[in-house]
Amino acid sequence: MAQRTPLFDAHLAANGKIVDFAGWEMPINYGSQIKEHEAVRGDAGMFDVSHMTAVDVRGERATEFFQKLIGNDVAKLGFEGKALYSGMLNEAGGVIDDLIVYKTSWGYRVVVNAGTTDKDLAWMAPIAESFHVELTPRRDLAMIAVQGPNAIAKAQAARPAAAELIAGLQVFQGLPMGDWFFARTGYTGEDGLEISMPAAEAIPFWNALIAAGVAPAGLGARDTLRLEAGMNLYGNEMDDNTSPLAAGMGWTIAWEPASRDFVGRSVVEKEKAARAAGGALLKQVGLVYEGKGVLRGHMKVVAESGEGEITSGTFSPSLQVSIAMARVPLAVKVGDTVQVDVRGTLQPARVVKMPFVRNGKKVYE
Amino acid sequence: MSTHIPSDLKYVASHEWLRVEADGSVTVGITDHAQSLLGDVVFVEVPKVGAQLAADEQAGVVESVKSASDVYAPIAGEILAVNESLADATESVNTDPYGAGWFFKIKPANPADLDGLMDAAAYGKEIGA
Repeated sequence: MAQRTPLFDAHLAANGKIVDFAGWEMPINYGSQIKEHEAVRGDAGMFDVSHMTAVDVRGERATEFFQKLIGNDVAKLGFEGKALYSGMLNEAGGVIDDLIVYKTSWGYRVVVNAGTTDKDLAWMAPIAESFHVELTPRRDLAMIAVQGPNAIAKAQAARPAAAELIAGLQVFQGLPMGDWFFARTGYTGEDGLEISMPAAEAIPFWNALIAAGVAPAGLGARDTLRLEAGMNLYGNEMDDNTSPLAAGMGWTIAWEPASRDFVGRSVVEKEKAARAAGGALLKQVGLVYEGKGVLRGHMKVVAESGEGEITSGTFSPSLQVSIAMARVPLAVKVGDTVQVDVRGTLQPARVVKMPFVRNGKKVYE
Repeated sequence: MSTHIPSDLKYVASHEWLRVEADGSVTVGITDHAQSLLGDVVFVEVPKVGAQLAADEQAGVVESVKSASDVYAPIAGEILAVNESLADATESVNTDPYGAGWFFKIKPANPADLDGLMDAAAYGKEIGA
């Protein structure tokens, strides 16, 4: 039986086309995915992300817990509300999930993906126990992401009581207000907020956002926006068997202090050395394709130095060309041309440095 | 959102529609239901004029932001014309699937092939409309 978020009726009211996503009945679009994409790039759009799970973490040793649990180091979080992005690795150095951790007055809040929630909580439980840390999944909360150049102003208009708190948020910072939580984070490459609230308050707030001129946007637009922004999708770019170093997540690993023994460290550290020595390993790049058709996930990539694979591909509404994220041999460089097997014929695609789009503008060369 | 199924057309299970024109040629496109499943169409490949296609042979490709789908010749015949405007105005497949969004015109190898195809009621039943 598929689950529904507290906003399910609001999706129906907005003519959302409902599909199954990781066991949740979610809107893929509300008519046109491209128009929703453009609303986020040019004005303000909103996504129901209530299927994701916020977990509150309490305990004297909560910092040590995260220093063991994830590749990035929560010691970097210098003030209340500051957030960081990280992979949570298994002993083999594969990615169990990618997540955001916020430093809070009670300890930490971590937000994990919908499809991986059960697996994540099962993985975290024994580690939490060993650090005497208490995990509280906040299934009582709904979450709405408001994104776009006008997202912050429109969210303030829809929730005047929080306007001042929102105005004071730095990028990648989140703060609570009662049972609400306002975070200046997102998954689109635009400015904006991810806002959690008690489930019963979700539909009134959604309607207030509509009244403020925020366009509902579905999972389809969410995918083209994150791809243009060069952001990974769990299950596509990485999974339990993929190293963070092969998924463009090297920057999320805090190697110092060398004494911090996070799960998976010894394996990814060896891999890092093998990469430095030019081993036969893969890395993540962006591809741009201006030929016929559209790049898609799992298409084969052929380079002079070997083969790779597209992990996510789409037509980019902002750029009007096809773009993709791919894993290719280490020797492939930005500016190279590689061949992609597009429905049976090899077609040239250009290797670029991601992101493709940031704050509404093309950013690659 | 109910799907639109014009009563004067014929249909096949792979979601192409057929309109028999006054000169006996047959115009083919994809149905409103099909375009709705695909979402925003961004690329269309049509067959070559003069191509001889068998029934159910691949006649082209339609790609949306989301996915790629093959388009099939619903009946055997020769391609008489293709909709050149789809090279740029791909959105007409979404906005006007039975009009400006047509794909190609085919000359039936055997006009009797049209007799076995679905009418609007049968197609509506097929897609559960």
